[in-house]
Amino acid sequence: MTLRSTVIAEIKAITRDHDKTMPPLTDDMVLMDTEFDSLCFALFVARMEDHLGVDPFGTMEVADLPVTLGDLVALYDRAAVTEAA
Amino acid sequence: MNLRDRLSRAGTPQNLFLADRSSRRALRDSLDAAARVDVAERLAGRSVLVATGGQMAAALAMIALDGLVRRMVLAPPGMTAEQVPGVLADAEIDLCVTDAGCPFRAALDGLPCIEAADAALAAAPDVQQPTEWVLTTSGTTGAPKLVAHTLEGLAGGINTAAAPDPGTVWSTFYDIRRYGGLQVFLRAILGPSPLVLSDPDEPVREYILRAAEAGVTHILGTPSHWRLALMSTALPHLKARYLRLSGEIADQAILDLLRGAFPEARIAHAYASTEGGVGFTVEDGREGFPAGLVGARTGIEIVVRDDTLHIRSNRTGRRYLGEGAAALADEEAFVDTGDLVERRSDRFFFLGRRSGMINVGGAKVQPEEVETVINGHPRVSMSRVRARPNPILGAVVEAEIVLRSDAAEEADPAALKTAIIAHCRPHLAKHKVPVSVKFVPDLPLTAGGKLLRRAP
Repeated sequence: MTLRSTVIAEIKAITRDHDKTMPPLTDDMVLMDTEFDSLCFALFVARMEDHLGVDPFGTMEVADLPVTLGDLVALYDRAAVTEAA
Repeated sequence: MNLRDRLSRAGTPQNLFLADRSSRRALRDSLDAAARVDVAERLAGRSVLVATGGQMAAALAMIALDGLVRRMVLAPPGMTAEQVPGVLADAEIDLCVTDAGCPFRAALDGLPCIEAADAALAAAPDVQQPTEWVLTTSGTTGAPKLVAHTLEGLAGGINTAAAPDPGTVWSTFYDIRRYGGLQVFLRAILGPSPLVLSDPDEPVREYILRAAEAGVTHILGTPSHWRLALMSTALPHLKARYLRLSGEIADQAILDLLRGAFPEARIAHAYASTEGGVGFTVEDGREGFPAGLVGARTGIEIVVRDDTLHIRSNRTGRRYLGEGAAALADEEAFVDTGDLVERRSDRFFFLGRRSGMINVGGAKVQPEEVETVINGHPRVSMSRVRARPNPILGAVVEAEIVLRSDAAEEADPAALKTAIIAHCRPHLAKHKVPVSVKFVPDLPLTAGGKLLRRAP
């Protein structure tokens, strides 16, 4: 599974468990403008840490904060590369 | 002093408002309309439960009731019908102020009730009496504990002598019926300054835009609220001069992120709790707090005993309500906050709760409650629920589980983990459901045979 598909699969699983209705998951979708709330986000970060062994949110600067789904995938991409290096 | 007097004395400027998602009220109009002597007579001297759906109705009721009723219990958001009988008994409630939005209205059947919209119209009392303010906090059993305060104690950390900065407009991400949010409500009313109320069903973007539109300058949130807000495209619209964090441990990462986003603002993290009141506020941009805050200052004394903060001041709760309730403070009037700290050179840092209580973005989780549910799964022998650090909510819930011996050779551990989490969902609020499960061979016990909660 690519990193992108892992991200999407987790978002789908979490929103299903929490009865959230989501718009189509496109790269320019702003997560915070949807029903994906703080608890969903926290679960997502924990599950991604279980998958990848990294938590890019632990250390970051304002410029790194993901706004869109595309930003989020890119953030995990960079973290996975750093971890592998 | 009561709230209504305070507003009247300030002249209640016409531009003073309370706003929520659906309306904006000029406080001057609300005060002018409050002339119903019959309503005041029904409320006078009563022990009242304020059980409204939204915060606006609760805010207007608080202004009307303070100085009129004997006791005012603020039902928090999330209170359930099962919790109502205990609260009614412990607080000797003889009247409810409620509205159609109250989620447990049926549980109030048989009690005298006044609609919140009517209660807000109560005339000012001829004879004032100091109202006891009562807030709820979570107890180990899931039943709320009732903490009684005085208005003077609640406002003890607020400089009521100084006029607010010109143009101040307050807002709070969290509910004014909880301790931290109530601090903001009181700052606004005692200022006086306008106040913009949040709404739990409103997406963070819309709330921030609404606050920005209303000219909010001073705003409170938990570190978790702020982490989310930082990921919203709306945040740059907010022209905040004062950001306050409370309700959770503020770590260096969130303080640095906020400094980056608001280079000119004052950024303060407050240490406060329902029982211990406002302990102190730190504005130096660093996590933890200066060791110099431990000791006696004007009106407050803080000591560290057994690595735990104890507070003595007139801002702490006065007592727990209810027959057989535990003492809130020791003989020397110190309140044991249960918050563990560690000193590193000239600073103290927070380590979490001695009780093992987990703070999920400001919402409290008692491990025992979750363990009881997990232990109800047929394959589970025992469990220990702990905080798992999380960059979004500060912590989430994690369970370590010892399986029954006949289940030890589990063929598909991943499926069993999923099944145990699914078993928890119908029994627990969403934030209490474990995010992850680990199977362990055994769990450490204390000499007394209790589960060891402090990390070894």
